[in-house]
Amino acid sequence: MTLFGTIGFATPWLLLALLALPILWLILRAVPPAPIRRLFPGVVLLLGLKEDEQVSDRTPWWLLLMRMLAVAAIIIGLAGPVLNPEEDRAGAGNAPLLVVMDGSWASAGSWRAKMQTLDGILAQAGRDDRAVATLMLTRPEPAVFQAAGTVQNRVTGLIPAPWAPDAVRTETALTALPEGDFETLWFSDGLARDSRATMLEALEARGPVTVYESPAPLYALEPATFADGAVQIAASRLRPAGTRDIRILAQGRDPAGNPALLAETTLSFEADATRAEGALSLPAELRARIDRFEVAASTSAGAVTLPDDSLRRREVALIAGSENREGLELLSPLHYLTRALAPTADLIDGALLDILPANPDVIVLADVATVSPAEAEALLDWIEKGGMLLRFAGQRLAASEVSRAEEDPLMPVRLRAGGRTVGGAMSWGEPKTLAAFDDESPFFGLAIPDDVTVTAQVMAQPDPTLASRVIAQLTDGTPLVTRKREGQGQIVLFHVTANAEWSSLPLSGLFVQMLERLAVSSMAAQPDAADLEGTTWTPLRVLDAFGGLGVAENLPGVAGEALVSAALGPELRPGLYQAEDRSLARNVIGAETTLTPATWPDRIPVEGLERAEETPLSGYLLAFATLLLVADVIAALALSGRLFGVRAGAAAILAALLIAPPDGARAQSEGGETNFATGATAEVTLAHVLTGDREIDQIAQAGLRGLSDTLYFRTSVEPGAPVGVNLEEDELAFFPFLYWPVTPDQATPSPAAYAKLNEYLRAGGMILFDTRDSDIARFGAGAPNGRKLQALAAPLDIPPLEPVPDDHVLTRTFYLLQDFPGRYASRDVWVEAAPPDAEQIEGMPFRNLNDNVTPVVIGGNDWASAWATDERGQPLRPVGSGFTGERQREVAFRFGVNLVMHVLTGNYKSDQVHVPALLDRLGQ
Amino acid sequence: MTPELALQARARAEEEAGRLPALLARAEQLAGTVLLGEHGRRRAGLGDDFWQYRPMMPGDTYRAIDWRRSGRGDAQFVRDREWQIAQSVMLWVDRAASMRFASTPDLPEKADRARLLGLAVAILLNRGGERVGLTGFDLPPRRGNAQIMRLAQAFADADTADYAAPEARGMIPHSRAVFISDFLGDFDAVSAALTKAADRGVRGVLVQVLDPSEETFPFRGRTIFESVGRQVAHETLKANDLRARYLERLAARKDELTAIARATGWLYTCHHTSEPAQSALLWLWRALDGSHG
Repeated sequence: MTLFGTIGFATPWLLLALLALPILWLILRAVPPAPIRRLFPGVVLLLGLKEDEQVSDRTPWWLLLMRMLAVAAIIIGLAGPVLNPEEDRAGAGNAPLLVVMDGSWASAGSWRAKMQTLDGILAQAGRDDRAVATLMLTRPEPAVFQAAGTVQNRVTGLIPAPWAPDAVRTETALTALPEGDFETLWFSDGLARDSRATMLEALEARGPVTVYESPAPLYALEPATFADGAVQIAASRLRPAGTRDIRILAQGRDPAGNPALLAETTLSFEADATRAEGALSLPAELRARIDRFEVAASTSAGAVTLPDDSLRRREVALIAGSENREGLELLSPLHYLTRALAPTADLIDGALLDILPANPDVIVLADVATVSPAEAEALLDWIEKGGMLLRFAGQRLAASEVSRAEEDPLMPVRLRAGGRTVGGAMSWGEPKTLAAFDDESPFFGLAIPDDVTVTAQVMAQPDPTLASRVIAQLTDGTPLVTRKREGQGQIVLFHVTANAEWSSLPLSGLFVQMLERLAVSSMAAQPDAADLEGTTWTPLRVLDAFGGLGVAENLPGVAGEALVSAALGPELRPGLYQAEDRSLARNVIGAETTLTPATWPDRIPVEGLERAEETPLSGYLLAFATLLLVADVIAALALSGRLFGVRAGAAAILAALLIAPPDGARAQSEGGETNFATGATAEVTLAHVLTGDREIDQIAQAGLRGLSDTLYFRTSVEPGAPVGVNLEEDELAFFPFLYWPVTPDQATPSPAAYAKLNEYLRAGGMILFDTRDSDIARFGAGAPNGRKLQALAAPLDIPPLEPVPDDHVLTRTFYLLQDFPGRYASRDVWVEAAPPDAEQIEGMPFRNLNDNVTPVVIGGNDWASAWATDERGQPLRPVGSGFTGERQREVAFRFGVNLVMHVLTGNYKSDQVHVPALLDRLGQ
Repeated sequence: MTPELALQARARAEEEAGRLPALLARAEQLAGTVLLGEHGRRRAGLGDDFWQYRPMMPGDTYRAIDWRRSGRGDAQFVRDREWQIAQSVMLWVDRAASMRFASTPDLPEKADRARLLGLAVAILLNRGGERVGLTGFDLPPRRGNAQIMRLAQAFADADTADYAAPEARGMIPHSRAVFISDFLGDFDAVSAALTKAADRGVRGVLVQVLDPSEETFPFRGRTIFESVGRQVAHETLKANDLRARYLERLAARKDELTAIARATGWLYTCHHTSEPAQSALLWLWRALDGSHG
């Protein structure tokens, strides 16, 4: 390959052909352009005229130059120029090549670039006939040397893992190294790691090591927290690299459940800072719908953080049986609940029925005995849909008859009358303490302080179901907390009061933890291992290394303590975990994670991933030459004056391709939208709905053509050629009138098309539905066409209908008519019903009816067939027989004229009612 | 006639017949725009419509007295009727090949425009009660809708000659005539026809129908110009060089037409196919109506 600067040529001797260009110049310049033959009647006036100079037009110099350039481009293109031709890698021997990849989440951002580089290296190795093996440190498997081509085929299968190569995995990798000496290429993710040194040592012992490291910026998004009424977001980067703004996107679901971008904010890095912070103030409802935060345009699991319950502040409605007595706050049934929940939940208060539409997560009823039947029904409905009803006992509940004889639907258990008191001034026994929570209970693992005592409680009736409903009990085995599942929700009853009257439980920290476990309140901060002792969490969604969320299909559950403390790996993937009603996110980046750049000894060469691509240029040059030649054709045509004809011809062909529909008159096709609009709006245009049945569409087209011609001859309405419209694609607003023949097997329009139709009807359009069957069927659902009509028209916004009354404006908009026959002469034609208060005024010929055009006219008289004419105005279909038939056709045309007049002039003729009054007034 | 030939003839006939209703309809439509407002002869004479009452004068018969009007006063009145007399109007529409030319597909052919104008004016005249016919002996002036059909049929026949000379035979003395053509052919024939017409006391109208490209000559480069019938050709190396001199000749031709029209008492107008037919029809109608005197 011969090199000229950064451009090399595969066959340089071909460039000698450039010497021939000057000769070509002389030849081309001598040839004049060919004459053009042109029809011109005025030629007789030209006879005998001579042009002033006898020299014909020479080819102009710029056209010649263009041709020369084209030829030169072809010659150079064929010589095979290559930009930045690949040079052989220096120092590459024939030793086998081991490709080591970190393959962590931090590599994912520049993974594509890494794979392209690797591809190039493998291609080179294939040419050099070197064996290659790959080793990914996050998924260490024994490396085996193979032919480079074999490895190259599998490069696309290499994907990074959403965790980092820790010491254990590096240890495994060391054992997986192949035998013998080899050269090593290490694709590093750029993060410092203790295990790197040992790995590097082991590799250097076997041969030279080269490190590839991407200089692309690496961002890590720390878990979002909630503080000061806003979501706090912080991001860090690997190296300070000047002032930089990154966008943080909060992705979630819109109220309809579709993925949507809910909010976004910008974090600004100072020039030499590696950390940037920001806050995102969002309404609680919006915050609860956020699925993930991510750095825009970053494809790494580190740039994604999943929010969990700590962001989701639950809405809790607090309702007490008795009003607060002023000044007695500590006795208020809600005082301790308010204090326990306020930091982590949004509290609502108000009347029960006012609260329910807000759909709170939890409703707390503190010592509320009875609720009205309406409230009970609404509450049950809400619980069925996932609400949680939390009840506390108290004097009122103990004294009431609620859930005595049979279980109240809003109580988890039946209660015995009166409750019991122990250890009080007037009772025997010691105050009771709590028994340890058993492992079925959601409270399992919580430590019970010694000083929590219970002095009074309501007692549950022993029932067969009682044992399964108790989730906390006293040392004597009496239930303290019971729970019943109801639909998707649950009802929980604390058998003590929510204040400190009956027990010291509300005073203790256990109370808050119990509420947390019940998911009444959300966790204020990331829980530590001790908090999660004894819980098992199932993965709900897991992150891949690129930051994509996948469904955790059959991954095993994870112990609570491991979830927060263990390192990420194949057994503990980053993602969203769920236990009971709580969810916890394990993100790639924790609160303490810091990004430190990897440092390599000086002896190790570190290369960036960028390299100038080897670019063959001949394709571009040949394409350029082609373009020049096309330009030459156009220029040559323009010079000889033929361009116009060619352009018109080409335009006609193009237009025919674009507009000419394959099946007769289709209103609109891709690219012809403007033509369609201008065509339909230049003149009044009647339209029919395309049914898909070829014959019916043709008759509808011919019918409207006949009607248009009739209108043209008889009235001042001069319609253009009728068009068929496709309800799905075409704009309807251009047409005053739609004829819709009903066939049993036409497709039902899509919801979008119906929306368009309703819009059309509301804006004053009219649809004439024609079931075309009144010769055999009466109007109604009996015939297939009638049934189809009902199905088609059901989603339409159609007012009440009635058969055309004798004084309807349709009977006199142009012709005076009493019948509306088409091919058949049934009287069943329906229009919008008159308003119920329309009355005939004495002395007026007709009632003062609707002010609008009737949006639909429905009948079955097959009008299109009666109107249908061919281009010469000859009727296509017979109507009746003999003169009577022709008379019927004439009346059908008159009906059409009246209909179009009605559409275009509205109730103008109806207003004639007022003419006597107007004249009377004018006379005075 | 062999079956194939018969079939071909039939197909061509159908095709031609198919054009008729469209042409008729367009002509009717065009005529409908001019119809109202120009009725009658505006003078007393023989006819059906009331014109005026005038005092009885010597020479009037008693039968002419309108007794109802006279009964209201002492004088006798005669009821005059509006003069209605049918004129004969002879049409000549150029059907030669040179008329079958349109410079762009958007424009109608000159022949098409000429036919349309001819037929529309025929319809108008027919409605006004005049007799319409063709010059020559094929179609003498008659009244009625059937005559319109016959005219439309006659217009549909095409002539194969490149340029046609006006047909001036068979003209009824003191009738009116309308000649519609591009008048690009032999000028002597036009002059002879008009002189002959003037000899017979026939006055009329010349309508020159031209394509816009014939007015502007928008051609460049090496070109061979051919007539539509391909009988005349002219080659040039630089079409744009000829433009000025072509336009001069065209203007000279128009001047000649104007001059001969003035000399013989005819009226002349030039109409371009790019303009609406209605303006030409309006001019034509006024020209004819005015010439009724």
